[in-house]
Amino acid sequence: MGSRASTLLRDEELEEIKKETGFSHSQITRLYSRFTSLDKGENGTLRAKKWVTLTLVYVDREHGHRLATPFPKQKDYVPEDPSCTWLKPFPVYRNSLRGSAETDLTSTHEDTGLIPGLAHREDFQRIPELAINPLGDRIINAFFPEGEDQVNFRGFMRTLAHFRPIEDNEKSKDMNGPEPLNSRSNKLHFAFRLYDLDKDDKISRDELLQVLRMMVGVNISDEQLGSIADRTIQEADQDGDSAISFTEFVKVLEKVDVEQKMSIRFLH
Amino acid sequence: MLRVALPLLGLPLAGAGTTEEPTLELGSPGEPPPGLALFRWQWHEVEAPYLVALWILVASLAKIVFHLSRKVTSLVPESCLLILLGLVLGGIVLAVAKKAEYQLEPGTFFLFLLPPIVLDSGYFMPSRLFFDNLGAILTYAVVGTLWNAFTTGAALWGLQQAGLVAPRVQAGLLDFLLFGSLISAVDPVAVLAVFEEVHVNETLFIIVFGESLLNDAVTVVLYKVCNSFVEMGSANVQATDYLKGVASLFVVSLGGAAVGLVFAFLLALTTRFTKRVRIIEPLLVFLLAYAAYLTAEMASLSAILAVTMCGLGCKKYVEANISHKSRTAVKYTMKTLASCAETVIFMLLGISAVDSSKWAWDSGLVLGTLFFILFFRALGVVLQTWVLNQFRLVPLDKIDQVVMSYGGLRGAVAFALVILLDRTKVPAKDYFVATTIVVVFFTVIVQGLTIKPLVKWLKVKRSEHHKPTLNQELHEHTFDHILAAVEDVVGHHGYHYWRDRWEQFDKKYLSQLLMRRSAYRIRDQIWDVYYRLNIRDAISFVDQGGHVLSSTGLTLPSMPSRNSVAETSVTNLLRESGSGACLDLQVIDTVRSGRDREDAVMHHLLCGGLYKPRRRYKSCSRHFISEDAQERQDKEVFQQNMKRRLETFKSTKHSICFAKSKPRPRKAGHKKKDGVANTEAANGKSPRALGFQDTAAVILTVESEEEEESDSSETEKEDDEGIIFVARATSEVLQEGKVSGSLEVCPSPRIIPPSPTCAEKELPWKSGQGDLAVYVSSETTKIVPVDMQTGWNQSISSLESLASPPCTQAPTMSRLPPYPLAAEEPRAPLDLPPDPRPSFAFPPSLAKAGRSRSESSADIPRQQELQPLMGHEDRTHLSPGTANSHWCIQFSRSGRL
Repeated sequence: MGSRASTLLRDEELEEIKKETGFSHSQITRLYSRFTSLDKGENGTLRAKKWVTLTLVYVDREHGHRLATPFPKQKDYVPEDPSCTWLKPFPVYRNSLRGSAETDLTSTHEDTGLIPGLAHREDFQRIPELAINPLGDRIINAFFPEGEDQVNFRGFMRTLAHFRPIEDNEKSKDMNGPEPLNSRSNKLHFAFRLYDLDKDDKISRDELLQVLRMMVGVNISDEQLGSIADRTIQEADQDGDSAISFTEFVKVLEKVDVEQKMSIRFLH
Repeated sequence: MLRVALPLLGLPLAGAGTTEEPTLELGSPGEPPPGLALFRWQWHEVEAPYLVALWILVASLAKIVFHLSRKVTSLVPESCLLILLGLVLGGIVLAVAKKAEYQLEPGTFFLFLLPPIVLDSGYFMPSRLFFDNLGAILTYAVVGTLWNAFTTGAALWGLQQAGLVAPRVQAGLLDFLLFGSLISAVDPVAVLAVFEEVHVNETLFIIVFGESLLNDAVTVVLYKVCNSFVEMGSANVQATDYLKGVASLFVVSLGGAAVGLVFAFLLALTTRFTKRVRIIEPLLVFLLAYAAYLTAEMASLSAILAVTMCGLGCKKYVEANISHKSRTAVKYTMKTLASCAETVIFMLLGISAVDSSKWAWDSGLVLGTLFFILFFRALGVVLQTWVLNQFRLVPLDKIDQVVMSYGGLRGAVAFALVILLDRTKVPAKDYFVATTIVVVFFTVIVQGLTIKPLVKWLKVKRSEHHKPTLNQELHEHTFDHILAAVEDVVGHHGYHYWRDRWEQFDKKYLSQLLMRRSAYRIRDQIWDVYYRLNIRDAISFVDQGGHVLSSTGLTLPSMPSRNSVAETSVTNLLRESGSGACLDLQVIDTVRSGRDREDAVMHHLLCGGLYKPRRRYKSCSRHFISEDAQERQDKEVFQQNMKRRLETFKSTKHSICFAKSKPRPRKAGHKKKDGVANTEAANGKSPRALGFQDTAAVILTVESEEEEESDSSETEKEDDEGIIFVARATSEVLQEGKVSGSLEVCPSPRIIPPSPTCAEKELPWKSGQGDLAVYVSSETTKIVPVDMQTGWNQSISSLESLASPPCTQAPTMSRLPPYPLAAEEPRAPLDLPPDPRPSFAFPPSLAKAGRSRSESSADIPRQQELQPLMGHEDRTHLSPGTANSHWCIQFSRSGRL
């Protein structure tokens, strides 16, 4: 088992995540610990696999290879980069970057089924508050790539990055770069995808009705829901296709402070 | 007449003259008691309330005068004008009475003038916004106020030590701290008065305003602690007293909030059981809130906090429990009281300042105070904001901070507190009073005047007042859920997490406990918004003139591009209306012919005229403003009516079904059509109420009967849903209804009073809707209007009517048979030339009966005449539902006369 647990968040990955999502180091590590704790197997086997090692992994920059020790003994092992101060005894998972270019990770590809380091759908569903969230299932779905039941840390972070507040220095950032994940339109798109089940970039009446049924109390009759849905669509619909396209969705919400209302504060 | 009147007039006058003396001499003994006095002057008995009323009247009149000029009020805040007016009035009073009178008494202020304002602001506080920014608000309110008080007090003391304050101001450090504590609090009244006109963005407003409300606890504590310290003398103050002071901060604030919440709970609970005594609902709100205020005041807790929390806490449940009218009553009464109190406060402030006996001037103190409160306010805001921004999702930028510092207005609370000081314990009271007055005047007038230009100049983000849209509401809810979920996933129990938990808790326990069951069941925010939007649309629609709908008017709430346009639209209509809401009419453009207008006028004339007698006996109960009762009664009548009809219809249907052969109805239908055509030709374009329908009918005559059949069969299928049938079968049904209405059965539709009128009683826009429907029908030859009509009727009985739409709708329409007759009578013959009638020989005898009835307005024949009609329809479609719906159409059409 120990051999399989070969990798933890390494600097490069961390940097990549940081670059992609804009989270700070401390936020990433905090979220990583959350991710790992989410990733508790629901059955004995998974658990056994996952918690075999309590190992610390350091990147030894001089020699270019990773070292793993059961306990951090010396600070020397930690690169000077302050980003590594977070390194704590984490349960070590061998694959936190599924599908990345890392050669030593490709071998783990075939047995992704129950690989630790991936959060599974059930892991999310076990969160008690999510279970009572009317949109809980939809939101959980949003964390997972299409057709898959698991997500790696990077994907997890990518999803969470949508909710990072937009900081001042980001507003003035260059326009030519790729749009940050937490941009207004990405935030909106995240919400839009919750409605748009069939991924046709349109919220149809049925899709809207489904969401409404989840959100609105049971005492509202179907007819009433239907009229709400109709009215909602009619309000937003501009091209007369009786569905809400993403552009229409954006237009409808243009007066809403989405930047604020779709952001949460991640602890530093 | 005059000769008679003069002595009568003279008598009381003479009596008045004579009674004056006896009343004066009453005291002297031995004098026989005077005879019955006809006129007596008793000023002293009414003096106090009379003066109060007069002052309020003066203030209100002043307000009217101010608002005569839009220019003035747009530049100068009302509070400034009121203070200036107060100064002038005070001057006059001083000149006339030689002594200052009508001051702002602290007792009056705290017990009567302040509570309405605070209640108003608490009750109408946007709670979501408030709690979103609670952290910042609390920081500014607690830390900021403490900071202001101590720094201002200490700095003033330093100023005195430096010799810049004249030595005649005898005050020690404690006195200055006391003064600092009362002068440091931002005043809710002043802030509200000024900021309501400035329209800064909501976040900024709620922070400044929330701070001014919540800092009351701090102010009260500081003031009391300092006051008692001053009274004890600084030498006697021990360390435990300081601790007690700190502890009392918590006691006063948390205690005040707790009192408020308890009363909010009581209030919500009480309103749950007022179903039968709706009239006292508004009163309960005010009584319990006031009780909360007084209770807190009695326990020397923070009364402002108590009322704020009471208003904030109870609103959701109270609004759900009380009736719509009570809601309006609460809203208006609260606003009236608050604005009244505010007006009086500012005016009395102005008057009080005139009294020079109360204050003593010291330039050093005044200028120093002015400088320090501005400076420390700004400094405090900057420091706190810096700290807060570390935690805030959306940091407050520099411009916000400037506005916040500048918006720290002082007001009547400070003034009342300084008046309350004990001169024997605080020798410098007069100086403090003068300084406070100057500070208040400076902040209200100078800052109040300049804050608007400042906000403009700094380009502070203004609040955009946009209409809420359903999308917005829905999606924001989605956002909330998403954020709560993400916080769950992240495992960080932040604000959204707790809000979510609270909402769960509220939904599970609190709402169930505090809300009426009926209210709880239909309680949903999205639904609420939807409902309100519809109402608003309808109102605005009627306001615009209530006559719209071009030939493309079918855009209604549905999407015109859909294949099943009519069907969906009608279902929508039904749904909407069935759920007590109105149609969305925004999409409709206004195209209206002169005839339409004419008809509308006629319709309203009729409605107005016909309904008066009924209306009259409505408002006799003192305990209920119940249109409810009236409504119910009406409904009952209709339902009975309808039941009877349905029964007769049923029987006829059965008998006719078997008795008559199929071809016959067709023939009849054919004849009818011909008849209609004839009618139309004969009538030309005479301005008749039914003109449009005729047109429609003519157009429809082209249609084959096969079509009719198929249509009707479709109709049958949809029958269950109530009125939907009409959508598909529109033309046909319409026509039939029309035909029978205008010819053979012409009396029946006419006789039946316009449903919109009945609707009008309850909902002002309904009549407009009715008109609209007519026009649509005329121009589009579709029946959507009928559905709208039915929708309207349904909405009368609100959601519950959903259960049995056809039943309720038909009766509502067909009510009050006799009334329209009189008005219609003369027209009917004109409209319908006699020739077509005979040709359209359904059961001729019945037709005749119907005709004769139209003349005699007898009620009995109508029943009979209805029977054939129903029977005929039944024979065509063999479906009671359809027939039923046809019924509706007939009635509704007539209703739209």
